[in-house]
Amino acid sequence: MQRIYMDHAATTPTDPRVVEAMMPYFTEFFGNPSSIHGFGRAARKALEDARAVIAQELGAEPAGVIITSGGSEADNLAIKGVAAALREKGRHIITSSVEHHAVLDSCKYLEKQGFDVTYLPVDANGRVQVEDVQNALRDETILVTIMHANNEVGTIQPIKEISEVVKARSKALFHTDAVQTVGAIPVHLDELGVDLLSLSAHKFYGPKGVGALIIRKGVRFESLIHGGAQERNRRAGTENLPGVVGMAKALELANAELPEARPRITRLRDHLIQSVLNGFDHVRLNGHPTERLPGNANFSFEYIEGESLLLNLDLQGIAASSGSACTSGSLDPSHVLLAMGLCHATAHGSLRLSLGKGTTEEEVETVLKVLPGIVEKLRAMSPLYDHVRKECLTCTRTK
Amino acid sequence: MYSDKVMDHFQNPRNVGEIPDADGVGEVGNAVCGDIMRIYLKVNDNRIEDIKFKTFGCGAAIATSSMVTEMVKGKTLEEAMAVTNKAVAEALDGLPPVKMHCSNLAADALHKAIQDYRDRHAG
Repeated sequence: MQRIYMDHAATTPTDPRVVEAMMPYFTEFFGNPSSIHGFGRAARKALEDARAVIAQELGAEPAGVIITSGGSEADNLAIKGVAAALREKGRHIITSSVEHHAVLDSCKYLEKQGFDVTYLPVDANGRVQVEDVQNALRDETILVTIMHANNEVGTIQPIKEISEVVKARSKALFHTDAVQTVGAIPVHLDELGVDLLSLSAHKFYGPKGVGALIIRKGVRFESLIHGGAQERNRRAGTENLPGVVGMAKALELANAELPEARPRITRLRDHLIQSVLNGFDHVRLNGHPTERLPGNANFSFEYIEGESLLLNLDLQGIAASSGSACTSGSLDPSHVLLAMGLCHATAHGSLRLSLGKGTTEEEVETVLKVLPGIVEKLRAMSPLYDHVRKECLTCTRTK
Repeated sequence: MYSDKVMDHFQNPRNVGEIPDADGVGEVGNAVCGDIMRIYLKVNDNRIEDIKFKTFGCGAAIATSSMVTEMVKGKTLEEAMAVTNKAVAEALDGLPPVKMHCSNLAADALHKAIQDYRDRHAG
């Protein structure tokens, strides 16, 4: 059976060129970058070279690249670290209701510590309104954290416009979770106008277990992990050197190939989206029609549930993802889809197909060939389909 | 995460459909939690002569619906009333713990259908 991977938003395969770049750092240059002997010095040089590449690719200072274990740690460090450092200046944080849980749960943790958090709503396409950010800013706002693009529905946020408002009207720092965008669309610290930015290597064909928090010069924050002087006293622990080397290589490759890969993947995505919207009744596209990640297609198939859809696709060799409760690990479906105004039943029936640089036209055609049979089979056994419930037909915005 | 039996019932569900002139119909669940199960019964001489289901839900919801119909077809109403959600899950060689609560409602739908039949024939 042909196996088709359409879950690149979850993770990507490590590029063989990245693996090759990493290999010497397991066995040959295995030294601890903090050691002063030759092994250590060689490792230190590799670490700093990789850091310089990462900084260069994102328009940052090498000193502003803090290596972490991945995107979640970078988000935690940005939010909790800034909150701890600036708590005497103010205790108000602004975020959006569609953030990754690494951001949302860090904010919820801070609420328990006495911080006040504003969770901004989004429109039906999943976009934050710049005016909402403006209206939420207060004298005591110390941090605004809005993701660059959403991991579920792919909507790209107007980060530059939000940054302009934040900078013009407050002293707050601005953080963006760019885990989904680095390597997929151009990401540059100055062009986005952010002070802090999180990224994760395994989303752009790098290894798992490594990421970074990028900070602008002068940004104050407290470290979360104590016990060593690594990363200029900001993140203790021996650096994951093979991982950092792999992350730098992956970022270099992704940005170099972006001008070719982005339009190609976008074309495949648009073909997939148009074919599904034209080929099915009672289906909707979730997320912004144009301001979305090149590889993201997210649909709601009314009257069927997402996990059943995923299991059936998996039986046919197709790997995808859903925002149904059964796949979110809770009783509620995706907080992103609910924030966009979908009703529960429609949110349960969501399907995310995320394309990557290895995705072929043939694979997209196979998915388009397989989907109708599965949807038909599940709808035939759905009690919602024969007694079509009016509230679900019109639930594009029920709030 | 699912047993072979669950996957078998999920892929080849038994007794899918509806009975237009059913003697009893039972429905449990709601769209908010993501599982709705409806069971249709044809009763003859106190026995379940025919049974069909329609389910909106995850793999466990579909498999338990299918399994419960298979377990009680041809049984008396009293025997069917004695079937529990737990027994359905056991007949499927178990369900993942997270599914035991939210998606294991097929016996409840069956019991509601039997109750509906009894209510209709009470007068």
